[in-house]
Amino acid sequence: MSSLAVRKAAPAAGTTPGTAQGPPLRGRIALVPTLTLLLGALYCLLPVAWVVIAATKSGRELFSTFTFLPGTGFTQNIKDLSAYRDGIYWKWMGNSALYAGLGALLSTAVSAVSGYALAIYRFRGRETIFNVLMAGVLMPPVILAIPQYLLMAKADLTDSYASVLLPLVLSPYGVYLARIYAAAAVPGDVVEAGRMDGAGEWRIFTRVALPMMVPGLVTVFLFQFVAVWNNFLLPYIMLSDDEKFPITLGLFTLLEQGSNTPALYTLVITGALLAIIPLVALFLVIQRFWSLDLLSGAVKS
Amino acid sequence: MPITKHNRLVASTIAVVLGATSLAACGSSDDDKSASQSGPATLTFWTWAPGMDKVVDLWNKGPGKQQQITVEVKKQASGDTLITKILTAHKAKKAPDLVQAEYQALPTLVSNDALADIAAESKEAKTKFADGVWQQTTLGTDAVYAIPQDIGPMMFYYRADLFKKYGLTVPTTWEQFAETARALKKKAPDKALTTFSANDSGQFAGLAQQAGAKWWTASGDKWKVGIDDAATRKVADFWGGLVKEGAIDNQPMYQPAWNKALNTGKEIAWVSAVWAPGTLTTAAPQTTGKWAMAPLPQWSAGENVTGSWGGSSTAVTTDSPHKAAAAKFAAWLNTDPQAVAALAKESGIYPASTSAQTSDAFAQPPAFFSNQPDFYTKASEIAKTTAPSAWGPNVNVAYTSFNDAFGAAAKNKSDFGAALKTMQDATVADLKKQGFGVAQ
Repeated sequence: MSSLAVRKAAPAAGTTPGTAQGPPLRGRIALVPTLTLLLGALYCLLPVAWVVIAATKSGRELFSTFTFLPGTGFTQNIKDLSAYRDGIYWKWMGNSALYAGLGALLSTAVSAVSGYALAIYRFRGRETIFNVLMAGVLMPPVILAIPQYLLMAKADLTDSYASVLLPLVLSPYGVYLARIYAAAAVPGDVVEAGRMDGAGEWRIFTRVALPMMVPGLVTVFLFQFVAVWNNFLLPYIMLSDDEKFPITLGLFTLLEQGSNTPALYTLVITGALLAIIPLVALFLVIQRFWSLDLLSGAVKS
Repeated sequence: MPITKHNRLVASTIAVVLGATSLAACGSSDDDKSASQSGPATLTFWTWAPGMDKVVDLWNKGPGKQQQITVEVKKQASGDTLITKILTAHKAKKAPDLVQAEYQALPTLVSNDALADIAAESKEAKTKFADGVWQQTTLGTDAVYAIPQDIGPMMFYYRADLFKKYGLTVPTTWEQFAETARALKKKAPDKALTTFSANDSGQFAGLAQQAGAKWWTASGDKWKVGIDDAATRKVADFWGGLVKEGAIDNQPMYQPAWNKALNTGKEIAWVSAVWAPGTLTTAAPQTTGKWAMAPLPQWSAGENVTGSWGGSSTAVTTDSPHKAAAAKFAAWLNTDPQAVAALAKESGIYPASTSAQTSDAFAQPPAFFSNQPDFYTKASEIAKTTAPSAWGPNVNVAYTSFNDAFGAAAKNKSDFGAALKTMQDATVADLKKQGFGVAQ
């Protein structure tokens, strides 16, 4: 119910402050906000458009033809990219999918369990744990990459898939989000009712709480997936074997080939374009899980 | 109730334990690399040269097989970030056995104790290189920290067709260079001879080196920084003057706009190094066969000196358990005729080894310069005139400062001398901060 009220209020909040007196006229487009939003959209989409168009240009056309004039080399670029060092690009794509997919899944699972526990149970040290997590949220992961490398080196795990996956499993932000979401979406009454009916704690969590937490967990998964997909420094420090590189690192090696070899611009641009397709697809597919109102009527307060 | 309480405890412990997994998994074992000196050795090699895996295959199937030394290539991205990565790995005692390193990075690696002295294993290799090249790997000591791989002697590249069209002659001194720039501006105001770019410090360092600058010199246990010396100041003022009067462009290199300027003939010359054909092939593909190469203009007529821009070496790390084997491979890679020929073909390098520069691999000019059949003959002659270089332990800091200070100065067409002072001060301050002794 409350979300409906928010939605109703939104247009009024969106109009210009200058016209605050009296209700806005129907059918009149608020010019300034619309223009601002259009400008913002343009600002965000222009670089994407550049990548899309540049990916269609052959090496000869890239810097010689008009920037937004589509070229003729798209299929050739993809062929060249696939042929580069026996298709190592697709290997990088697979690695990225593994790091981002498995990493996000593991981290979502940990966030769900931890967030639920922190939200529902009262135990000594709960606030302390939560505060430590909050500190973790504020700490940029970049700072941790080198200490994590030194730890991994002690365990002889560097240059392995695990060295990139393990540090991703605990995401303070994910736990934080899961706790907030669990506290809001899983009413204590429902948990109590489950106990009354004789369900074990694990059963209550998996059968009752988890479905209620799904929209929140989808958000955690998505955030983690995007973060890992775009991650650069952690794999850069951890990995030395380019067969294990994710796409970000792979494209970087194509750019930095030393001064006597030119950067492979067309390959990098085409590679970057293909690399955002999975992210776009993921967003489109997962959007439908964001139906927040699904379970909001479970308990009457 | 007790059951519930127990379960709560379990659930909350899971939350904590799982949270700590990533840390717990790290501290479990503490074993080091097993340091077996004898018997078969497998070496890892961090390099950014494309096609290096194919060159290394020659070793693994030939001399490597006989000596039971296998080399594995792990391709990296080049640049300063790689130095950071090597030093991080070195901190954990996990640096690879062999690394490719640019000459100016060697002092940084050596001062962090990351590179092994391979003087004993490289006595024979020494004879294959010009003294000026070899000197870069010894840092003026008796030790040898790397085997030179490729070099980047600087040259002057120009559009032969457009020089003819505008009646320009190829400058042999910097004074003539300035005159040529002005003459072109007069004849075609929308064109420029070249640009002064502040985004690749290697170029400026090479030009200063040509003028006789010695940016870092070690005396006793102290470093002396000479970035703001008379020679460098001469170079800075020269280029700053040209930019200020508008005789040349001030846009950065390697950007799309620069590529376009070269491709469309808006800029008709480039002060670059022996590897320029590769860059021009991608930057200005429509100008194939229209360029020519000449020696760098000189500071006084009759002189014959050039600087170097780029170039790298193969080094053995102190973390390697097989240093002798690694040194053997490094020497083979950069001196064996078959290996160097393969390097030239697969990685497109210009070899440091003197005899290789005139080998069959360099009988033909690069495809982009098909109109200049003696390209590589000329190049090897120019390479011999390379001035000695003097790198220090914080080249990266000086370079970053160059990018910032000169970038702003070029953009605002302001005083280059002030920018040079900034660069000198930043470099000295960083040396002191790192704990090096600095001589005034």
